[in-house]
Amino acid sequence: MLRKSFILVLVLVLIAIPIASTAMAQDTITLTYLVDDSQANSGMATALAEAYMAQHPNVEIVVELRPGGTEGDNIVKTRLATGDMTDVFWYNSGSLLQALNPAQTLVDLSDQPFIENIVESFLPTVSQGDAIFGVPTGTAMGGGILYNKKVYEELGLSVPKTWDEFVANNEAIKEAGIAPVLATFGDTWTSQLFVLADYYNVEQAVPGFAEAYTNHEATHSDTPAAAAGFAYLQQGYEEDWWQEDYATTLFEPGLALLANGEVAHYPMLTFALSTIEANFPDQVNDIGFFAQPGTDAEANGVTIWMPPATYIPQTTEGEKREVALDFLSFIASIEGTEVLTAEIAPTGPYMIKGATLPDSVLPAVKDLAAYIESGNSYPALEFLSPIKGPNLEQICVAVGTGQMDAEQAAEDYDRDVERQAQQLGLPGWD
Amino acid sequence: MYSNWFYMPGLIIFTVFFLVPTALAFYFSLTRWTLFDSTYIGLDNYKEFFDDPQLKSGLQNTIIYAVLTSGLKVIISLPLAMLLTFGVRLRTFFRSIIFLPVLISAVAVGITFATLMQPSTGLINEALEYWGLPQPNWLGDPDLAIYSVVIVDVWKGVGIATLIFIAGISSIPLDYFDAAKLEGETWIKFRHVILPLSRNATFTVILLSFIGGLRTFDLIWTMTRGGPGFASDVLTSVVYKQYQAGFYGLSSAGNVVLLVLIMILVYPMTRIFNRLELEL
Amino acid sequence: MTLRKLIGILWLDSVVMVVFSIIFIVPFVFIVLTAAKSQSESALLEFTLPEKFLLKENIKEVIEFRDRRVLLALKNSTILTIGSVALIVIIGSFLGFVIQRRANRLASIVSTLLLIGLIVPPAVVPTIYLLQKIGLYKTLISLVLIEVAIQLPFATLIFRTFVASIPREIDEAAIIDGANPFQLFAHIIFPLLRPASVTVAVISAVFIYNDFTLPLYFLPGEDNVTAQLTLYSFRSQFNTQWNLLFANVIIITIPPLIMYIFFQRQIVAGLTAGSVKG
Repeated sequence: MLRKSFILVLVLVLIAIPIASTAMAQDTITLTYLVDDSQANSGMATALAEAYMAQHPNVEIVVELRPGGTEGDNIVKTRLATGDMTDVFWYNSGSLLQALNPAQTLVDLSDQPFIENIVESFLPTVSQGDAIFGVPTGTAMGGGILYNKKVYEELGLSVPKTWDEFVANNEAIKEAGIAPVLATFGDTWTSQLFVLADYYNVEQAVPGFAEAYTNHEATHSDTPAAAAGFAYLQQGYEEDWWQEDYATTLFEPGLALLANGEVAHYPMLTFALSTIEANFPDQVNDIGFFAQPGTDAEANGVTIWMPPATYIPQTTEGEKREVALDFLSFIASIEGTEVLTAEIAPTGPYMIKGATLPDSVLPAVKDLAAYIESGNSYPALEFLSPIKGPNLEQICVAVGTGQMDAEQAAEDYDRDVERQAQQLGLPGWD
Repeated sequence: MYSNWFYMPGLIIFTVFFLVPTALAFYFSLTRWTLFDSTYIGLDNYKEFFDDPQLKSGLQNTIIYAVLTSGLKVIISLPLAMLLTFGVRLRTFFRSIIFLPVLISAVAVGITFATLMQPSTGLINEALEYWGLPQPNWLGDPDLAIYSVVIVDVWKGVGIATLIFIAGISSIPLDYFDAAKLEGETWIKFRHVILPLSRNATFTVILLSFIGGLRTFDLIWTMTRGGPGFASDVLTSVVYKQYQAGFYGLSSAGNVVLLVLIMILVYPMTRIFNRLELEL
Repeated sequence: MTLRKLIGILWLDSVVMVVFSIIFIVPFVFIVLTAAKSQSESALLEFTLPEKFLLKENIKEVIEFRDRRVLLALKNSTILTIGSVALIVIIGSFLGFVIQRRANRLASIVSTLLLIGLIVPPAVVPTIYLLQKIGLYKTLISLVLIEVAIQLPFATLIFRTFVASIPREIDEAAIIDGANPFQLFAHIIFPLLRPASVTVAVISAVFIYNDFTLPLYFLPGEDNVTAQLTLYSFRSQFNTQWNLLFANVIIITIPPLIMYIFFQRQIVAGLTAGSVKG
């Protein structure tokens, strides 16, 4: 008896499932939206989806999460290559996008009206040739030095405009018994900032380096300005700037050290502010930001990271593509940026024309905005060139832990870059 | 009497889901492959792979890892299996405890031990400090990182090795022990009965953990990502990083190199073991 | 038994007990302690008692996270594990039996191929292409078959070793009694292989349940999540909720733990079955 009724229920369920799902499919269009699982990005994607659904009751947007970092890159590539991508997806702009072979896999948006809304300087980072593939989703970020203002106040230090001043500050801080610079080599990606955030200075010293580098006419090992970042890491190790346990410290516990003033500086991107705000709301206002100093105090400026973007794969077709395009136009509107601001405090400027930051924005973000408003900013190399060597983070850790010197690092990195350029099939590298 | 049909289901599944994709990978190792299209470039990937400045230390680490983990697992789990077969009371309880780490994923184990091995706040070094012993920087010291992962690998894998040994010891006919008991000593029991008769189990443990060691990936990746820098890179992590970086052809070539290397090392081992097995 | 011997055994017992507890239990204590902390306290990653014991709350939060995703994951993982293990034991014992008994050319070719499988990491992208061609991509069944293909070499190795210890006279006697090859296998050989079957089942179940990489690539999509993939929910590149991560570890470890405790008697009995027959 029991078994019979069980089978009956099972049969009913099996019949009911397809009926229920077809009934729902008739009047609702469902879009899937792939985003990395960081709290900030998944939160922003969900907020955008919900705001859009509130305006369009016939559309359902399902946010799907994937891991971040290189693991996530691989998933995105694999799913695109096998024609299995979600209807819209969130991904980096710049060199990472170039590796997706966008001309063959993504929908060209260059003839869409909403492209007008986007700040021009962003567009090259999501373009290949004349085609434009994505709309900025989130804010731009600054790469430079986050610092604890309380430590600066107590020791009477001022923001350094040259590397020598920075070195002098570090010596004073070290004498006071505080670790001058936070190194979180346990999360390897964080090790690259001294090199990457130095690009504003590279551009000042060698104008047009990005293009020469892309065309294989200039390399890191034969351009002293471009190799300076590696030398800074070596200096940091040799002069003992790092805090205790630097080789294994992770990003997040590291932020605690910065917020509590146990370290003074952290070479980082400004998005880290949102994590500090979440974990240490009382201390986030003690954190300031300055551009990574170079050799010339007159030419002091900040290196900028462009926001990620939302893209449509070519596998999204017909009615779904129409809805996807409309969703993108919502993201690329002032209204869209307001949704984001309500979800998470911005850590840099938006790349949408007319979008503003609220007055309540964090002090470090104001520091960043001041550089941008005075015209002293330049995009990071990975947004100007499609080539970024994948081993940079390991090389930087090797230098920062004293296993490799700066010269060797620049040479190894050149090799790494060459491999990447060949893989991308760029002219001039074979 | 032994029908060839017994081969069929296994061979079909194995061919379709393993051999064919592997053969495809062989082909792709000769190309520059972007997943979207591939260009034939001959043996360039192999040349590139062997030119890698980090290859030598990666190769060294791989061998060190495989030899140490398989050796330590045998040395630790054989006596442990004896204890848990004849020795201590509460052996059922101990058997469960030692098997616990096997039940947990490498990712979870890696995260946990990376934390316990933190140089100043980690439990292990706090304990060492309490006893006045030196406190190494387990995962942060480039010279030490690979050995620290070896320790965790042994911790995690000793349960399975012990299980195989228990099975081996349990299958020794009791008469042998009766004979040995006359002579009385545990050592004799071990030397003249258990060691020779659990030879098959020993081979199985060595072979499985040696190959496992050569192929190791999960634990290294969660605990050090091959770092600091490149200090604890093994072949699989080098190959995986190339794969992640989008060098699909290059990483396929790396896979082929790994395959050949393991063949060279493991094939003679299996030959020797097979011969010894026949002698038994 | 002399007094000295008795003391010796007791001493051995206590030493083993202490060493065991420290080495094998402390890491689990750490997992439980961290899972019971608040987010900011857990971020310090210290081995301390939690200020407030929040284990129940954290576990509840993990279960409720994203429409009880972790429960769906447990269901998927259970189906995946049981399906794969059943096939591995049956097919692996077939192979181990026939390879050991027919020591001919085909057998040596097949064992060489299987040795390759024991060694070579699976090729992810070609496999996906293949799955799409045969229309199995993103199905649980395809992942089952891939896990079977990957575990088969090791299972066959174990079965082969055990078949070697079964005298051929038994086969001959059965055939003379009129059994066909399959009856011989099903009624005589397979029951004798029980210790091997238990070993293979336990080891491959643990491997498949704990597998992280293959489901990540072969089973994308929210509905197809498996137990290990849920660990990603609370651990990302920039931000890790350690307390929830470890609570999640506890939740996904409970099913194999219960299984093990429940079947431990059978596992031990299965493993020791050989000695009785010896």
